[in-house]
Amino acid sequence: MTALLEVRGLSKSFRGLRAVSQVSFDVPQGEIVALIGPNGAGKTTCFNMIAGAFPPSDGTVRLGGRDITGLRADQICRAGIGRTFQIVKPFAGLTVHENVTVGALNAFADLADARAKAAEVLQLLGLWAKRDQPASSLTLPDRKRLEVARALGTGPQLLLLDEVMAGLRPTETDQMVAVFRQLNEKTGLTILLIEHVMRAVMALARRIVVLHHGETIAMGDPETVVRDPAVLDVYLGAEAL
Amino acid sequence: MSRMLRRLGEGVSNRALVALGLVFAALLLAPLVSNGYVLSVLIIALYYAYAGQAWNVMMGFCGQLSLGHSLYVGVAAYAAAIFFVKWNVPPVIGMFAAIAVAMAFGAVIGFLAFRFSVSGVYFALLTIAFAEFTRIGFDHFTWAGGSGGFFLKVEDRAADLITLRGPPIMFYYVMLALTALAFLFCRMLTQSRVGYYWFAIREDQEAAQALGINVFRYKMLAVIVSSGMTSLAGVFFAFYYNNLFPEQIFSMARSIELILGPIIGGLGTLFGPILGAFVLTVLADLVTEVLVFTGYDIPGVKQVFYGLCLAVVVIWLPLGIWPPLKRRLGLEGRS
Amino acid sequence: MPADLILNVAVGGVLTGLVYGLMALGLSVIFGVVRVVNFAHGEMMTLGMYAAVVLFGSFGLDPLLMLVPVAAALFVIGYILQSTLINPFVNRPEHSQFMLLVAVAMIMVNGLLMAFGPNARNTLVSYALDSYQVGPVIIDAVRLYAALAALAVAVALFAFFKLTPTGKAIRACADNYLGAQVVGLNVKRLYAFTFGVGAACVGAAGCIMVLLIDVTPQIGPAYTLLAFVIVIVGGLGSMPGALLGGILIGLSEALAGLFFVPSAKGMFAFAILVLVLLLRPQGLLGKKA
Repeated sequence: MTALLEVRGLSKSFRGLRAVSQVSFDVPQGEIVALIGPNGAGKTTCFNMIAGAFPPSDGTVRLGGRDITGLRADQICRAGIGRTFQIVKPFAGLTVHENVTVGALNAFADLADARAKAAEVLQLLGLWAKRDQPASSLTLPDRKRLEVARALGTGPQLLLLDEVMAGLRPTETDQMVAVFRQLNEKTGLTILLIEHVMRAVMALARRIVVLHHGETIAMGDPETVVRDPAVLDVYLGAEAL
Repeated sequence: MSRMLRRLGEGVSNRALVALGLVFAALLLAPLVSNGYVLSVLIIALYYAYAGQAWNVMMGFCGQLSLGHSLYVGVAAYAAAIFFVKWNVPPVIGMFAAIAVAMAFGAVIGFLAFRFSVSGVYFALLTIAFAEFTRIGFDHFTWAGGSGGFFLKVEDRAADLITLRGPPIMFYYVMLALTALAFLFCRMLTQSRVGYYWFAIREDQEAAQALGINVFRYKMLAVIVSSGMTSLAGVFFAFYYNNLFPEQIFSMARSIELILGPIIGGLGTLFGPILGAFVLTVLADLVTEVLVFTGYDIPGVKQVFYGLCLAVVVIWLPLGIWPPLKRRLGLEGRS
Repeated sequence: MPADLILNVAVGGVLTGLVYGLMALGLSVIFGVVRVVNFAHGEMMTLGMYAAVVLFGSFGLDPLLMLVPVAAALFVIGYILQSTLINPFVNRPEHSQFMLLVAVAMIMVNGLLMAFGPNARNTLVSYALDSYQVGPVIIDAVRLYAALAALAVAVALFAFFKLTPTGKAIRACADNYLGAQVVGLNVKRLYAFTFGVGAACVGAAGCIMVLLIDVTPQIGPAYTLLAFVIVIVGGLGSMPGALLGGILIGLSEALAGLFFVPSAKGMFAFAILVLVLLLRPQGLLGKKA
């Protein structure tokens, strides 16, 4: 089993404040890995460095063996990583279909092909009926789906999902989980997700990486990780008291 | 090529195509029923329709607010006029120099702004600054007449498209052709990868970049295409008016007049710049007529009225006149 | 070129620059709080200038004394403008705000044109030709009084923002819109108040400026642009920055007029602007975003 994404010693300091420190993990080809941790643990910062929103202070990121550290966000997308934003960023003035077409143009040179690909993704995510609505008219759960659809449209090898279940109802979460499962099983899509909804994490992830105060405190399969004393301490410690 | 043509009409309702055809036919036939005065008003309207369309590429499509488009009009006008007057190169060739000069100015401004992340209000000011800077430069550029102006010989002769000398009706059809071509070109752009990418950048730059769009490159492209298109308005200006004064052609007021059409008509739409330009130009002339007729034609009245119209549209029709009108006329496209 | 001459011109430039600074201060205050660029700023200054011209021409009232009532009148205009027209535009895109204010500016310029005609007006005060000599430097009395008046208004404005409850509330509003709403400040009213203060500032600057230059209705846009350049050079939203920017631009204009041709002076202001935008986009005294 080869690792599609290799993160080594990833660190980021903001004006001397260490947000992420020496984080290393692998995302094997074809797997679903979850990055969890309490608020402020540095999960989104990690994501942003992998996706090229800003360069890391230290460390390397490799995709399929190729060093992609410090590339710009668009270069990283073209290298094969699609991402969603925790705070959704729809193209408000464009229709749902146009939103996803923009993403699909990353994978298809021809507009007609891109539109067809976008249509496919919209059907998969249950947004097809709303394809001609402006994105600004969507509800938050739909915006989350649109965020995923757009990233999927780029035809990624690796999909980075930043809290796409937040704000969804349990049934909607289950639908979304099913979609990711299906994608993962049918197309072999590799997924790295940040998630607070443990129901989704446990249903999807085959490996979990736990961050706390910018450092990795545990890593492994879900059953082992949730029993790890360090993780229990972080997650339950404060609440159990 | 044929695919491109097919795509031009994609998603447009038959009703809209017929309406468009009628508008174009009306414009083609308009000179037959116009006197000299009406024709001159129509020429100005087409001029603003064309220039507004060019500006719309940058702001309406790509979201980059330029308040200095008079710069591209001005340098292109001077370039074509200088080639013609000083070196006897007719505008049919000189216009390429004009396009190149305007694009070069656009590229420099775009490069500086986008490399150094100058955006929003700051970008707008940078564009004004360059236009003003160039205006003052031309004021002192005595070889091209300086602030005293640069003139083309006014000749009364038959239409000659090579040297762009001829009667107003020739200028009318030249401007109509440019406007129609610009309309089709912009339609083509919006139906292409470039157009989608520009829209994405306009809506959210960070999200656009995350979808693999090289934001810098596409913003540069928008400035260069827009400045290149605008330059032809400048060439037209030089040969239609036969005189160029830096004070006039580069002034901020010219830049603002140029962008009123698309904003009033409907930013980012294809027909908005044309509609806006006609509404404004015709309205302005009607007002003048009424004022002259009633004897209230003192300086300033017309512009006050203009200002009021502008305020009314901006306050109550934030998307411009065209989007609601389009819906009212049932010309919306199908998917 | 004799050093005395350069020194004289430079001092004149700095004094004029202080008046520019006051004008720009109004723009900076408005932007800093309301986050709207007042594209009718120079036009509002010409309103103040014409008020001063009329008061001087009809009643012989000194512009520097009329500064207070004119500023008060402009405050009212600014307050009404913000509360009726601009408040609904606060969350609209920048270009919409811009168009609205362009419309306001057009109406102001041409309204003045209708009322006063296109000819230049000025106020010939009794001390117009007086001057003071300090060592080698000869200072025009009008320029000195103008600069002192501008400085006095600026100090009053600083005091207002530092010391009064309303001033503090406005600053809170500028720092954190949501927070200000949460603690129960009436943000819309404070915006109107701020726009009023900015307008008063530029009205006062108009009263002072009328001593230095002739006024025509058409000078508005050029001064809008100048004010804009100054606040960006100094740092948009920074009050000391506006004054510093004003002095810098005043100085550069004066020296450019001396070393090159006076009509080229604008080029230097724009050159400074471009350099600042590229090298220090937050402005000389601005905080990094």
